[in-house]
Amino acid sequence: MNNFSIELNNVTKYFGRLLVFKNINYSFDSGKVYGITGRNGSGKSTVSRIICGINSASKGKIKYSKNGTEVAREAVYSLVGFVAPYLVLYGEFTALENLSYFAEIRGTEFDEERAKFWLNEFELYKRRNDLLKGFSSGMQQRMKFIFALIHNPDFFILDEPTSNLDVAGKDKVYEIIEKTARDKLIIVASNEESDLELCSEFLNVEEFKAVK
Amino acid sequence: MKSVGVFKKDWASELRTRYAINALAMFILVTISVILFSVGQETLSGELTGGLLWVVIFFSAMSGLSRGFVSEEERGTTLTLHLIAKPSTVFTGKFLFNLLLVFIMNIVIFFLFLAFFDSFAIESGLIITLAFLFGNIGIAVSSTIIAAIISKANTKGTLYPVLSFPILLPLILILIELTNFAIVGTTLDEAFVDIAILIIYDIIMITASYMLFDFIWND
Repeated sequence: MNNFSIELNNVTKYFGRLLVFKNINYSFDSGKVYGITGRNGSGKSTVSRIICGINSASKGKIKYSKNGTEVAREAVYSLVGFVAPYLVLYGEFTALENLSYFAEIRGTEFDEERAKFWLNEFELYKRRNDLLKGFSSGMQQRMKFIFALIHNPDFFILDEPTSNLDVAGKDKVYEIIEKTARDKLIIVASNEESDLELCSEFLNVEEFKAVK
Repeated sequence: MKSVGVFKKDWASELRTRYAINALAMFILVTISVILFSVGQETLSGELTGGLLWVVIFFSAMSGLSRGFVSEEERGTTLTLHLIAKPSTVFTGKFLFNLLLVFIMNIVIFFLFLAFFDSFAIESGLIITLAFLFGNIGIAVSSTIIAAIISKANTKGTLYPVLSFPILLPLILILIELTNFAIVGTTLDEAFVDIAILIIYDIIMITASYMLFDFIWND
């Protein structure tokens, strides 16, 4: 089991002059599922994006550690599996082509068997050679999970993970979260009660919305 | 090479969508046709055709080379790229893609000029080859970094030529000068200073672009 931890130290975010949240101090460790909660517009997605290194914090620091060794922010992209409704994959490529290009750009060997395994798990195997632009929103959401899982990352950030999914899709996601959480760190940002039922600890962004 | 992966993805995407290639082809066709109609039976001097060549190249570049970053931003796939590659990998991949487009575009324009303008006769093949090689690298790297900058803006279409003009102007002026040297048959020794400036321009633009790109890519 890889020991991965993330430490937020006084993380503050402004959009222009608008304060989104202030001085978040929190730590995440592997083997647990964390929930990020808060009302619409409270900054759940912003925290998620800052944690996975896509956006930077206005103030404060984030420390990533793998087996006790600090990981540079620039290297975090290769260790994270990210799913969000606003994540868009390449519509002009097929499901398999998308995964193949992602592997090549990540600098890893494309494991076709692994890709087929996950496509099968998410019931997309029959559509593996179809262009993604022909996929329904639910199927695209399933593809995003394959995108997040295919490179075997150390931690996952799942922002509204079950949006657009049907009951079977949601059950598959919950099953994967349960299995993966045994040795990985999972952060779920959501308002769906069923999504948050799997979480053992919570970070409520609302608590960090101090008036300037 | 991870950046080659970005390049291959972009090239495969371009072959399916034909966004940049069609825009470039149409622009080249229209501009050269307009020049031919306006010139009519007049005979243009070699210097003038050399200048027109780079005017066509500059505006053609404006019509298609922003695609690399703008299309990622418009489709919302920028986030996906953030999650699979380092900024330098993304920039190198996009630069390679633009370099290929610039070479294809400029070779087509060059041969169309040779075919349609009698005064466009090259005496020094070496000078025009060097001008083309380093000029294309300069155009590709400049257009790539400008595309990265404007992809974050709201008015992408108008901002691209506005930002490109001051950055590409020194390059275009040197390239016009070198093309005239190639047409009149100047020796390589006499053209050395201009070629050296061209190479220095490329080095400065490549270095500055790699240094700047991290700040553009990460908000």
